[in-house]
Amino acid sequence: MSILINKESRIICQGITGNQGSFHTQKCLEYGSQVVAGVNPGRGGEKHLGLPIFNTMREAVNQTGARVSMIYVPAPFAADAILEAADSGIELVVCITEGIPVLDMVKVKSALRSVDCRLIGPNCPGIITPKECKIGIMPGFIHMKGDIGVVSRSGTLTYEAVYQTTQNGLGQSTCVGIGGDPVRGMGFIDCLALFQNDPQTKGVVMVGEIGGTEEEEAAAYIQSEISKPVVAYIAGVTAPAGKRMGHAGAIIAGGKGSAEDKFKALDAAGVATVRSPAELGQMMLQLVKD
Amino acid sequence: MNLHEYQSKQLFREYGIAVPEGILVDTPEAAVRAAEKLGGDLWAIKAQVHAGGRGKAGGVKFARSMDEVHRYTAEMLGTRLVTHQSGAEGLPVNLVYVEFGSSIDRELYLSMLVDREVSQISFIASEAGGMDIEQVADDTPEKIVTASVVAACGIQSYQVRELADGLNLDKSQSRQFAELLSNIYRLFQECDASLVEVNPLIVTKGGDVVALDAKITIEENALFRQERLVKMRDVSQENAAEWEAEENGLNYVSLDGNIACMVNGAGLAMATMDLIKLHGGQPANFLDVGGGATVDRVATAFKIIMANENVTAILINIFGGIVRCDLIAEGIITAVREIGVTCPVVVRLEGTNVEKGKVLLAESKLDIITADDLTDAALKVITASEC
Repeated sequence: MSILINKESRIICQGITGNQGSFHTQKCLEYGSQVVAGVNPGRGGEKHLGLPIFNTMREAVNQTGARVSMIYVPAPFAADAILEAADSGIELVVCITEGIPVLDMVKVKSALRSVDCRLIGPNCPGIITPKECKIGIMPGFIHMKGDIGVVSRSGTLTYEAVYQTTQNGLGQSTCVGIGGDPVRGMGFIDCLALFQNDPQTKGVVMVGEIGGTEEEEAAAYIQSEISKPVVAYIAGVTAPAGKRMGHAGAIIAGGKGSAEDKFKALDAAGVATVRSPAELGQMMLQLVKD
Repeated sequence: MNLHEYQSKQLFREYGIAVPEGILVDTPEAAVRAAEKLGGDLWAIKAQVHAGGRGKAGGVKFARSMDEVHRYTAEMLGTRLVTHQSGAEGLPVNLVYVEFGSSIDRELYLSMLVDREVSQISFIASEAGGMDIEQVADDTPEKIVTASVVAACGIQSYQVRELADGLNLDKSQSRQFAELLSNIYRLFQECDASLVEVNPLIVTKGGDVVALDAKITIEENALFRQERLVKMRDVSQENAAEWEAEENGLNYVSLDGNIACMVNGAGLAMATMDLIKLHGGQPANFLDVGGGATVDRVATAFKIIMANENVTAILINIFGGIVRCDLIAEGIITAVREIGVTCPVVVRLEGTNVEKGKVLLAESKLDIITADDLTDAALKVITASEC
C-alpha cells in the first residue's frame, strides 16, 4: 500500500511540451510512472515523447481514463490548468508550477471545495511512491520502497529526509511535497490522516518551515488522531521576521509563523522533534524500533 | 512589493476611497508651496519610507506655521529614519508628503489581507486605531472584528454590518464605511494586493470616514500582470544586495553573522543557516541558488556573498538531485577561480555523481574543504571561520 498514487495510477501531463514539462515527464516515464497523455491547447493530435497530445483535459480524460494530472504550465496560466483538470474528472492534481499569484490560488481553493478533487502544490516537488510511481521533479534514485511516510513544505529539504531514511534502511511508503506557497492544496493534516490509515506506513517524517500556523494545527491533530510515530523538523529558526525566505509562504508575519512557536507546539503535543535536519532519519529509526 | 503612503493614497483616490488632500515634495521650499496650496492651519509632514512606526520615530510631524513646515521637512529629507520596523540602519527619506491636517474624532483600524489559515481574503477591523494591531490582538482580542470573504460571492452585507458594529459607527458613517469596504475589496483584487492596511482609519469631527494612512503591499507573484504598479517600485527602500540578487534570479537575505551560505532550495538554505547556529556559528545570509546551480549563478552568488565584509568563511551545501554533482563541482571551481574567493570555502555535495564531484574539487588544488554530511559541513565551516 501507499497513499494517493501507486503503480496503477494513470497520469496526464499538462504543459508537457514545455522545457520543464518535457524534461520531467521523460524522467517520470523512465522511473516507471504511467504517464499516458499530454495536454497542450492547439497541439492536439501531435505526439510528444511518444505520448498522444490533446487540446483539452476533457478530451484527454475521455480518451485515456486517466485520473491524475501533473502540471508544468507557466504561472500565469496554471490556475486555469488546475481548474480545467478538476472540471474534467481528475481526482488528483499535482501542480509543480512556481510563482502562481496568490489571489488566483484563493479562487482555485474556493472552486475546489465543491468538487471531489485533491490538489498537491503548487510550488512543490510533487509526490512519489517508490518503485511504483513518481509524479514531479524529485530525483527518483534517492528513494527506496519502505515504511516511512514523508510530508514536507520544502523540496531539497525533503530530499534530505528521504535520503536519510534510505541510508538507514527504512525506506519510504509515499513522499508528498505539499509546497511552499501560502495558499495551496493538501496540507500536513490531510497527508497525516492518509498515512495513519495506510497499513504500509509505520511512521511519518514531517518537515515544516516558517510561515502560517499549519504546523501548530498539525501538532494538535497528531496528538489526538495519529497513533504512529511522527518526527518533525522546522526550518527557519534563524530567519528574521518580515522577510520572505525564498518560498512565497516562508515568512514570519503579523506575529505568526516563527519556527520556535512551531517547535513549541509540536513538543507540547508530544511529537518527536529534531533541532538538526541531520537527525531526522536517525530519530525515525529509533522510534520505529521502539 | 511595498508601496509608499503617497502611492497607496493615489490608488485609494482612483478607487473612490476618501483620503486627505496631500502633495509630494522633495525640498523644504516645495513643502511650503504645497502647504500654501493646501490651505488651512495644520499640516502633517510625513517621511515616505517603507516601514511602519514612523510617528514614534519622528517621521510624522504636525506643522502649524510655514516655518514649521519648512523646518520639519528640512529635518527629515536626506536622513535615514529608524523605526521599529526599518532595521538598525534605517531607511532613506528622499520624499516627504505634505498633507492637509484632519480634525480627528475617532481613530480606527482596518486592514485586508490574504488569510492563509482559511485560504481567503479577510478584513480585520478594530476600534483601537493608531496602535500596533499585533499588540491589540494580544492584549484586547475582543476589540478585533474579522470577516473572511468567499471568493465567488464577494463581501456580503451582513459582513459589512458586523464590521461596522464592531467599530461602533453610526448610520451615516456605516453607509460611508460600506462603500469604502467595497472599494478596497475591488482595489485589492484588481491590484493583486497581499495587504492593504489603513491605520488609522478616522472619523472626522464632521462625521466623515477617511483613510488617514495607507499601506499597500503588492503580491510578488502577480507583478507580471501589474506593469503600472511595478513602475512604482522604489529600490532605495530595499537592501542593495538583496535587490541585486533578485535581479539575477537568486533569493538572498542578509543577516548579521560571518558564515556565508550558498544552498540549492529555500528549505535546505534555511536548514543550513539553522545548523550553523545550532553548532555555535552565526550565519551571514540566506541564499538559494536554485535547482540549476550553474557556473553563472554560482559566480554571481559568490560576488554577492563576498561583498559582505563580515564574511570569514563560506559553506556551499548542494543536494544534487536532477542536477549532477560533478557539474556543480565544475561550476564551483570555475567560479572560485574567476572571482578570486579569499576566504575558506567548505563544500558539501550529495546526490547524483557525488564521488566524481568530490574528486574534481580535490584535484582543483583550490583551497576548498570538502565535507561528508550536514553536521560535518557545519562544524568544518565554523572552524574555518575562526581562523
